[in-house]
Amino acid sequence: MAAPSPLLSIRNLSVTFATGRGPFRAVDKVDLDVATGELVAIVGESGSGKSVAMLAVMGLLPWTATVTADRLTFDGKDMLALTPRERRKIIGRDLAMIFQEPMSSLNPCFTVGFQLREAMKAHLDLDRTARQKRAVELLELVGIPEPERRLKAFPHQLSGGMSQRVMIAMALACNPKLIIADEPTTALDVTIQAQILDLLLRLQKDSGVGLVLITHDMGVVAETAQRVCVHYAGQQVEMQPTHGLFRDPHHPYTSALLAALPERASGRILPSIPGVVPGLADRPAGCLFSPRCRFATQTCRTVPPPRAGADLGYALCHTPLVDGHPRALKKLEMPA
Amino acid sequence: MTQAVMEAIDLAQSYEVSRGLLAKSATVKAVAGISFALAPRTTLAVVGESGSGKSTLARMLTMIEKPGTGALLIDNVDVADADAGTRRRYRGEVQMVFQNPYGSLNPRQTIGTAIEEPLLVNTRLSAAERRERAIDMMKRVGLRPEHHGRYPHMFSGGQRQRIAIARALVLRPKILVLDEPVSALDVSVRAQVLNLLVELQESLGVAYVFVSHDLGVVRHMADEVMVMYLGRAVEHGPRDAIFDSPKHPYTRALMSATPVADPEAKKERIVLEGELPSPFNPPTGCAFNPRCPLAFERCRHEAPPLEMKAGRMVACWAVEPS
Repeated sequence: MAAPSPLLSIRNLSVTFATGRGPFRAVDKVDLDVATGELVAIVGESGSGKSVAMLAVMGLLPWTATVTADRLTFDGKDMLALTPRERRKIIGRDLAMIFQEPMSSLNPCFTVGFQLREAMKAHLDLDRTARQKRAVELLELVGIPEPERRLKAFPHQLSGGMSQRVMIAMALACNPKLIIADEPTTALDVTIQAQILDLLLRLQKDSGVGLVLITHDMGVVAETAQRVCVHYAGQQVEMQPTHGLFRDPHHPYTSALLAALPERASGRILPSIPGVVPGLADRPAGCLFSPRCRFATQTCRTVPPPRAGADLGYALCHTPLVDGHPRALKKLEMPA
Repeated sequence: MTQAVMEAIDLAQSYEVSRGLLAKSATVKAVAGISFALAPRTTLAVVGESGSGKSTLARMLTMIEKPGTGALLIDNVDVADADAGTRRRYRGEVQMVFQNPYGSLNPRQTIGTAIEEPLLVNTRLSAAERRERAIDMMKRVGLRPEHHGRYPHMFSGGQRQRIAIARALVLRPKILVLDEPVSALDVSVRAQVLNLLVELQESLGVAYVFVSHDLGVVRHMADEVMVMYLGRAVEHGPRDAIFDSPKHPYTRALMSATPVADPEAKKERIVLEGELPSPFNPPTGCAFNPRCPLAFERCRHEAPPLEMKAGRMVACWAVEPS
């Protein structure tokens, strides 16, 4: 699948939330490997569990969540077996996260400089002047003019793009091995989005850090990622290298999602996907996408689909598509 | 061109903003000199980033706000300086759909009441007639009649946007102003709502003013495109002219910055330096000159007029007249 010892390795990760109306499985048997220096994108619509899966890796879920996995290792350490104290030593230092809304992720009561130095104080063995020096360097690195003055600014004095640069500087502060960026540009304007994406790509290339990019924007994926995972209703329905995914999507959901983009459409009416993502109450028995899938058969509606091989993008489908046409899995006929 | 259903002539709006106890209050020009003519059954897309004045423009077009200066003609009647009665009469002709379908519906009102409310305020129809019109409109936007008595929380984002569209159209307006109508929706649902808007335009003949920052959606929907920067139109013309050969450096940067969902696409990459300047002290000359890769001496002193060049209106000294 990937390099011999991936930086982050996840097998069969499931997250279940205890809700007032019974357990809700937000993430359902997700696998992911990320190698050092690799850029993997996770795409999915709202409710597909893409953020929750990564929050589980970070250990940032509330107590109502139950996380299970066959394997959840980062840099050779089992993240599920760590004590909270041990985990705190890793997250924020080797494993950093950039959140969606820069304006609300920064604490409004403290200056940018204080918040930037805080992470270094916790994780690095630097004295006060060295931390200040590093903070200035970091702001320069992410392209903020007049770094000394900006360090004294409060978050409300910065624009959205500036705040996101500060968040990126904060994630980089302790030279992480892996950065998880959760919709880092969604709240920003297009020209600022281009600046931030360029910055992330440049930093990733220069420092060889692994990057997991969570997004819903297929355009961002096409322009940045090397490999893409597509999530639907908590399941990972497809994983492919970027070029392959856009050229020949194997799961009907990926295919329908790409066809529904206005920039890829030819006619006035877009080929839309009918219906909505299933919720807690109306989860179908077989394939979760079957009620909206145009290729669904009786088998799809009753039997959960098997996972296809690497040649078919690990598609979670009874009849993965090849060049837009469904192909029956040979495995199906064989008794288990 | 056929008879325009809405015409804006040099619309402008500025706000007084107090800047604290001791400082003098400042004037912000939110919109300056916007003109366009909108024919029935066509779509004008207004593109711009936050702070470009596109929401202020939408508020003036829907008569939520009186324009500071300029004229707004609806069916050849100037409503900008008209008396309250005239404005009231023409308000029914211009309706609006807002960005956030979660915030724009009253959670305590059934959707039937919400859709009937414009009829209650603006017409003298009886309760039964209002209900009939509401249910007819609900069917047109793909809602079922039994949804009439339900509350907004029972609907998904896409369905709520359908409700908002039904409410806006129930008075049968000639113009619908859509402020980022699909940017809060997921891709699969977004396609459903865009299709609905195309169908409704064909069947009802309504004209759209489509405010958006998503160029993929704009290219799909628009007949004409206006690109705004810091309150001014920098480029305005037919969709194909603008998308096939953008002339203004800002339009070109905007297009190159928009990610394309095709990893094999080769394209020119212009990454703009800096951010939108503060509207309190806009740069002298062309508002775009501090970020512009083509800027020369004249751009820093003299604001370029919006002129006809290469089949579209464009405000830039660097674009050669053809």
